[in-house]
Amino acid sequence: MKANIKGFFKPLVESLIAIIIGMLIGAIILAFSGYSPTEAYVALFDGALGSKYGWAMTLSAATPIILTALTFGLGARTGLFNIGAEGTVYFGAIAAIIFTNILGNVLIGLLGGIIAGLVWMSIPAFLKVFRGVNEVVSTIMLNWMAYFIALYIVLQKIPNPDDPNKTIAVPVSARFPIVIRGTELSWAFVISVAAALIAYYILWHTTLGYELRVSGYNERAARYGGINPKKAVIWSFLLGGIMSGLAGATEVMGRPPSYAISQGMANIYGYGFDGIGVSLVGRNHPIGIIFSGIFFGMLKAGATAMQIEAGVPLEMVRMVQGIIVVTVAIPGLLDLLKRGVRK
Amino acid sequence: MMDAVISTLIGALTAMVPLVLTSVGAVVSERAGVVNIGYEGILLMSAFFGAIFAEITGNPWIGLLGGAFVGMLLGMLHGFITVYLKGDHVIPGIGVNLLALGIVAFGIPAYWGTAGQHQVPSNFRIEPLIKTAYGSLSPVVIITIVITVLTHWVLFKTPLGLRIRSVGENPEAADALGINVERYRFLATVYGATLAGLGGAFMSVDWLGTVTKQLSAGRGFIALANMVFSGWNPLRALLGGFIFGFFDNLSVWVRTTPAVQKVIPWQFVATLPYLVTLIIVAGIIGKVRVPKWDGKPYKRE
Repeated sequence: MKANIKGFFKPLVESLIAIIIGMLIGAIILAFSGYSPTEAYVALFDGALGSKYGWAMTLSAATPIILTALTFGLGARTGLFNIGAEGTVYFGAIAAIIFTNILGNVLIGLLGGIIAGLVWMSIPAFLKVFRGVNEVVSTIMLNWMAYFIALYIVLQKIPNPDDPNKTIAVPVSARFPIVIRGTELSWAFVISVAAALIAYYILWHTTLGYELRVSGYNERAARYGGINPKKAVIWSFLLGGIMSGLAGATEVMGRPPSYAISQGMANIYGYGFDGIGVSLVGRNHPIGIIFSGIFFGMLKAGATAMQIEAGVPLEMVRMVQGIIVVTVAIPGLLDLLKRGVRK
Repeated sequence: MMDAVISTLIGALTAMVPLVLTSVGAVVSERAGVVNIGYEGILLMSAFFGAIFAEITGNPWIGLLGGAFVGMLLGMLHGFITVYLKGDHVIPGIGVNLLALGIVAFGIPAYWGTAGQHQVPSNFRIEPLIKTAYGSLSPVVIITIVITVLTHWVLFKTPLGLRIRSVGENPEAADALGINVERYRFLATVYGATLAGLGGAFMSVDWLGTVTKQLSAGRGFIALANMVFSGWNPLRALLGGFIFGFFDNLSVWVRTTPAVQKVIPWQFVATLPYLVTLIIVAGIIGKVRVPKWDGKPYKRE
């Protein structure tokens, strides 16, 4: 039992240390760039957590990145580095817009996102299983192809005839209800938390999840135990595809005011990359991902306030995220720090 | 038509530079047993800092060296985590890629005060070696070829190269022979990242003359694919880099040709280098032999 608690708290403490180090280095870079770090961080935290509105924005920003983090996390638990969530999000969003415009219904939109995610993510899955193509290379190449193909569809196939800055919108009947009026928080947030809980249930309470985890832990042992690692790889990709397809769908169905894809795909770009960071900080554990997703959502929501009140470019938040992830990569961070203190 | 062929070939020689430098660096790093997938981020960050160095000193060559220096620092970070702390090889690479996205996205508006893109003034860019009507050839192209040939020679014809390969192939035996496995692995990683840094700065202070947060455009990963294609051999990486550089350049040429634009949307042409990468990688896997201890941390018993 004691070992169990340690196994739970150690990664938590290590993630917290990584977050603190990331924010400290961020503060140093801010100071070097001529900004006031205290002013920036006060504005960031106050903007994200200081009000009901801030909290609503934090949770709505967490919605897509919890889902994309699950894509990476499910992959990592199976021994894969699936970084293809980014491209899958685009197609999830496009499919949701097309599906709901044919039949205006929330479920139809979610189904569109799921189908798009399954189809697009099956490409790296099959390349991996049948051609042995490393998923890191294939998913990155597919992300870039997705970017250009999605851009074509957005510009040529579903542009809004009344507004050249965006695509046609999801019909009112297929939009998620708003939880707090005047904010961007809709019931879509529930979808992402439910997806994390389902991922947790699959991984630790089903035979499939056991097979996924064993293949990730040791492929040879899995084969010896009668598990087909190829099957695990395909399932891992497909489940991941569902998650990031949903991320795209919920983004256009549950994020006011536009309910469409904006120019340059600005409102659906970058979630795949953010998700990698969220998953690593959450130690690739679905429950950890919920919390780190809310933390990264807070950074995103607070970034706008920081830009307005402290004049710091909101991209600063991306930089802090990057530093946090590099810090997370340092193995045994806690032990290293302890050793350093003892010396 | 002939003009187009010649200019595309010259363009391919230019477009191959960041790919070849990164691939050759990756070959050395992986021959010593260290996998680094952070080249995408190294290319991006060294392009950003290379432009800053060039503009501060007024000398694009210092910009190029500055980019290599940034690559070196990032290589030291990667080597420290993977070689000395025995960390995972893939996660710090992912971290560096994300960090680069952040630093460059933050840095462009913070440093130049412009949103999204900075144009490097022409007097801070490297003068072409040869200027023709079909395009110009950068001296860095020659440097790239020289570095590749030299690296190949060191790797396969010298005792130093033998030691580098031995720590990636059989670190236990190398250790028993008194070779400092960790030091060779660390230095090979730093060398690889330094070359990538050179390639990154080439994009901003020479070839493209611009800094954007999408500047590296997957080239770090295309370079890794090219490394696999080469079978961890620098000379073949040069050939592969030229092929990828050709498609990279071809897609730009086709995109901007009005007659083609009418038939095929430019977005589809833009996917060409990535599609070619995927097809080539899918076509050759299984025929290549990976260094035996590639990506595995070595702990002395």
